[in-house]
Amino acid sequence: RLRQSLLGRLPGLSNARRLLSAPPSGMPPDDEKPMFPGSRSSFTTQLDFIHPENFEGIPVYRLVNRRGDLVDGAPEPTLAGNKDLCLQVYETMLQLNIMDKILYDSQRQGRISFYMTSFGEEGIVANAAALNPNDLVFCQYRESGVLMQRGMELERFMDQCYSNDSDINRGRQMPVHYGSKDHSFVTVSSPLATQMPQASGAAYAFKRMQNGLCVVCYFGDGSASEGDAHAALNFAATLDCPVMFVCRNNGYAISTPTSDQYRGDGIAIRGPAFGIPTVRVDGNDVFALYEVTQQARQLCLTEMRPTLIEMMTYRLGHHSTSDDSSAYRSVDELSFWDREDNPIIRMRKFLTKRGWWSDEQETATKQAIRKRVLQKFAQAEKRLKPNPMEMFSDVWARMPPRLRQQMEDTRRHLEAETSHYPELKNYKPVADVE
Amino acid sequence: GGSCRSLAARLGPVCLDAASFSRRRLSFGPQFVYTPESADKSLGETSRMNLFQAVTSALDNTLANDPSAVVFGEDVAFGGVFRCTVGLKDKYGKDRVFNTPLSEQGIVGFAIGHAVAGATTVAEIQFGDYIFPAFDQIANEASKYRYRSGNHFNCGSLTVRAPIGAVGHGALYHSQSPEGFFAHLPGIKVVIPRGPIQAKGLLLACINDPDPCFYFEPKILYRSAVEDVPVNGYVLPIGKAEVLIEGSDVTLIGYGTQVHVLREVARLAQSELGVSCELIDMRTILPFDEETVYASVCKTGRCLIAHEAPLTGGFGAELAASVQEHCFLNLEAPVRRVAGHDTPFPHIFENFYLPNQRRCLAAIKDLIGY
Repeated sequence: RLRQSLLGRLPGLSNARRLLSAPPSGMPPDDEKPMFPGSRSSFTTQLDFIHPENFEGIPVYRLVNRRGDLVDGAPEPTLAGNKDLCLQVYETMLQLNIMDKILYDSQRQGRISFYMTSFGEEGIVANAAALNPNDLVFCQYRESGVLMQRGMELERFMDQCYSNDSDINRGRQMPVHYGSKDHSFVTVSSPLATQMPQASGAAYAFKRMQNGLCVVCYFGDGSASEGDAHAALNFAATLDCPVMFVCRNNGYAISTPTSDQYRGDGIAIRGPAFGIPTVRVDGNDVFALYEVTQQARQLCLTEMRPTLIEMMTYRLGHHSTSDDSSAYRSVDELSFWDREDNPIIRMRKFLTKRGWWSDEQETATKQAIRKRVLQKFAQAEKRLKPNPMEMFSDVWARMPPRLRQQMEDTRRHLEAETSHYPELKNYKPVADVE
Repeated sequence: GGSCRSLAARLGPVCLDAASFSRRRLSFGPQFVYTPESADKSLGETSRMNLFQAVTSALDNTLANDPSAVVFGEDVAFGGVFRCTVGLKDKYGKDRVFNTPLSEQGIVGFAIGHAVAGATTVAEIQFGDYIFPAFDQIANEASKYRYRSGNHFNCGSLTVRAPIGAVGHGALYHSQSPEGFFAHLPGIKVVIPRGPIQAKGLLLACINDPDPCFYFEPKILYRSAVEDVPVNGYVLPIGKAEVLIEGSDVTLIGYGTQVHVLREVARLAQSELGVSCELIDMRTILPFDEETVYASVCKTGRCLIAHEAPLTGGFGAELAASVQEHCFLNLEAPVRRVAGHDTPFPHIFENFYLPNQRRCLAAIKDLIGY
């Protein structure tokens, strides 16, 4: 390409140009190269449509199989060389799973308004373990495992779900819309894929800051269909942004199976189309995930460009507490993944075979976790909700007069009509100065 | 001279007064003569700039003083289709002044993320008519970032610039005034300048503002508005309207190009009707300056709001509702709005579509005779 552009600027050297780009012997005598801006291929007289169905899919990288054995010929996983980290990752996955069970049940009991579980996708903890804790994370909504791996306290999760006065978000968002600047975890928002071009932009800023960090952006198989997803990948590639895109392909977008979501080879095939180094990985193999994440991060930072990881997994739970997935998938399908192929069961098998874990430890650890979670849960449930006047702050950096007037009018109204708002007894007092 | 006369013969009354280049009356589009203003002497050395040059100057000041600042959008690198970014890439480098792929949702999404990381971000949308693919990012993300995160995150260092408004031949997709859609989004700021000195000060204020700002530049003023603009940086207040002419009988409210149309309306009202008009430039659409507006209407008792954007649901509706609520007992007549009609912006009918001098004057007659 460089040769062509150099020659292009020297009009007298057309013979030299022909010589230098002469085709290897045996090829038809078409000695011209496409000169279209950006072109890097050759001319052909063979009329062949690319039929995508003729290509075998991008292979799934994995190291440890469903039985918990290292696959024949696989290199020793990096994560497996660190027993402490392995056990910490495993216990965090257990904690996530148990917290999810308790909070899901609490919604069914009417104690919190809404919940989403990470059942089947706890492996994301291993992905987070391979990041720098200051890498800025943009996520969708099923990545609590990342926040938990980064050390967000149990009560913070519950405070947010209860929208109480200790909630980081000040009671403003639905449950599971977590965020914490101390954990470099950008607050979840409900619209899908909107975080993706934002991640590209943040990565561009990180590149200019030369802070040695990358940005990590999670999204699902459904979100990948949004316009924002395409814009994000294109911008990240053209502007050389050190962002690691991680697609949780769990087979479903609410009730929509991936067969209704796309016709191509998943999300991974789109990476190369945008010029992005890409890998597809078994998202239920924590060892493969850890390896892939390490490599992707390395690539992002040494080459200052984006990477795309498609982690194949399965959503064991319902989409949310507003969903009953028995309406659209079979018990048999569900029970295969539940019994044989999910991150927790596969890691447990590996650890047990290594002699690092036992049934007794499993029982004891789960009991301890459950006790801890229930304790924090009870505390969060008792806390009051924030002062309703907090509804009015942080809209703008400073409250404008018009909004302040609305706040004062509301305060006066609530004070005058307290008896008509019995729920006020569960909130911090309205009279408290803001 | 002679060449201008023959040109005038071919193009009609486009080139009436070749001598004073800045006072060109156009035959299509908003009918006004631009009245140059002068800057506060305390702001120091000035240079002759039109509106797009004033924008360039603001961006130049920003890039010079804030190492985190970047400017980007479609075609920004070579100088921009309206020449607002000419010379900046050569001066500050292509990592700070750059082209993006053609995607407004990408531009604004990318810009939000860049701001979330703490860097000063100025994104350009090529025409306000094309801002709509970015509306989800603006409405659901930018405006809510601080609130929904309990102030753990924000995109306050973001400014999005876009040209808006009638230009004489822009029709549906090169003439729109979308400010009404954005007035409805708590959490952002919306600013519209009326000339070069205002443009530079308000743009710098937006860039330095702790909230995401949407800065809409009246494109017809890019070349036709010329003033002596201070070369150094300075800010003008966001959220403050300005009384440009004091009067006693009717309050005229507008913003952007319409301010200049209303200037002439005020003059005609005095000469044709003997009516004394007070003229207010809103400058900021959100959050808007209630105090200045109510004080004026309570004084005059009559209010005329004019904007190019269509009548129904336009920003004038919010102003009218607020004025009647706060000034009811002082009103001598209902609050009137003269606006674009409830149609898409037409091509050959532009002169009959816009809230021009004659339509505004007719409305003033109604107000006085109510």
